[in-house]
Amino acid sequence: MRSSKRFATADVTCESVAAVLPGIVDGHDVADAPTHAHVEACLRCQAELAQYRRLLRALHQLRTQVLAPAPGALAELFTALNAEGEQRAMRFLLSGRKVAYVGGIAAATAGAAGAAILVATRARHRRLRLAS
Amino acid sequence: MAVSVEEAELVAAAKDGDGAAFAELVRATHASTYTMAFRLMGNEDDARDVVQDVYLRAFRSLKRFRGDARFSTWLYRITANSAASHLARRTRNRHDAITDDDAVPDERLDIDPQLSAEARVLRDRVNLALAELPEKLRAVVVLRDVYDLPHEAIAEELGISEAAAKVRLHRARKKLREQLYPMPGEERARAV
Repeated sequence: MRSSKRFATADVTCESVAAVLPGIVDGHDVADAPTHAHVEACLRCQAELAQYRRLLRALHQLRTQVLAPAPGALAELFTALNAEGEQRAMRFLLSGRKVAYVGGIAAATAGAAGAAILVATRARHRRLRLAS
Repeated sequence: MAVSVEEAELVAAAKDGDGAAFAELVRATHASTYTMAFRLMGNEDDARDVVQDVYLRAFRSLKRFRGDARFSTWLYRITANSAASHLARRTRNRHDAITDDDAVPDERLDIDPQLSAEARVLRDRVNLALAELPEKLRAVVVLRDVYDLPHEAIAEELGISEAAAKVRLHRARKKLREQLYPMPGEERARAV
């Protein structure tokens, strides 16, 4: 085991290890064999790795901390949500009316077309009777 | 992550249009969503705007929530996305001299009376160090190391590549480590 002074093993230096420690600390990145060997032998890099572990523990513990929102924030939020709910209901109603409106026009158009065909058919029959 | 029966029932009822069930979900998650938004935005006003946006988005897209993750995890992702949008807008609109150095430490009271004095001091130091990080680095480290979101989800919600998310995470961890747990020589280097 080496002292806390910086040193190099093979092609690995404390500086090159320091660059990869933030990724190695949570196991997301895997240290290659030379890096691993360097850390095993270097007290300084071991200490730095331990500090990163402490940091991750401290950050993770923040998750249990819950801040109290300002008084009235929840009421303000519910007001916004109610307004959104009313808008949605209004949009739904309007879209329902639009469907009814379009449906009415379609029915009227179909009725008019039917009446026109009926009139045309009767006129044709009358002409045929007159011709015979 | 396990989803409680009560939460699953509330989500199912809310998806069927039960407003009271949705209100119950909001009440149950409001403080934690606010806390996350505060950590990402760094100030109360922006955090409130983000929280409002989060629940409006959740309300509109609740039918798309599949329920295979916890409701709170789903909200975390919406919060991350909403905060990223707000931060981008804030950066575009920032004409005054506000910089990350102006970040205000979190001084709100928290709901944790059992915490020891030592742990509280450490937590305050970590919160302060987080507040001093540049916004882009802070977002990634908060989402990954505080809220455990996977790299893929972080990249997706922040609109960046996974590689970029990893680079930002490494930089953020390095800065935080140097500030909170400096190695011999680093303290002197920072002071110069």
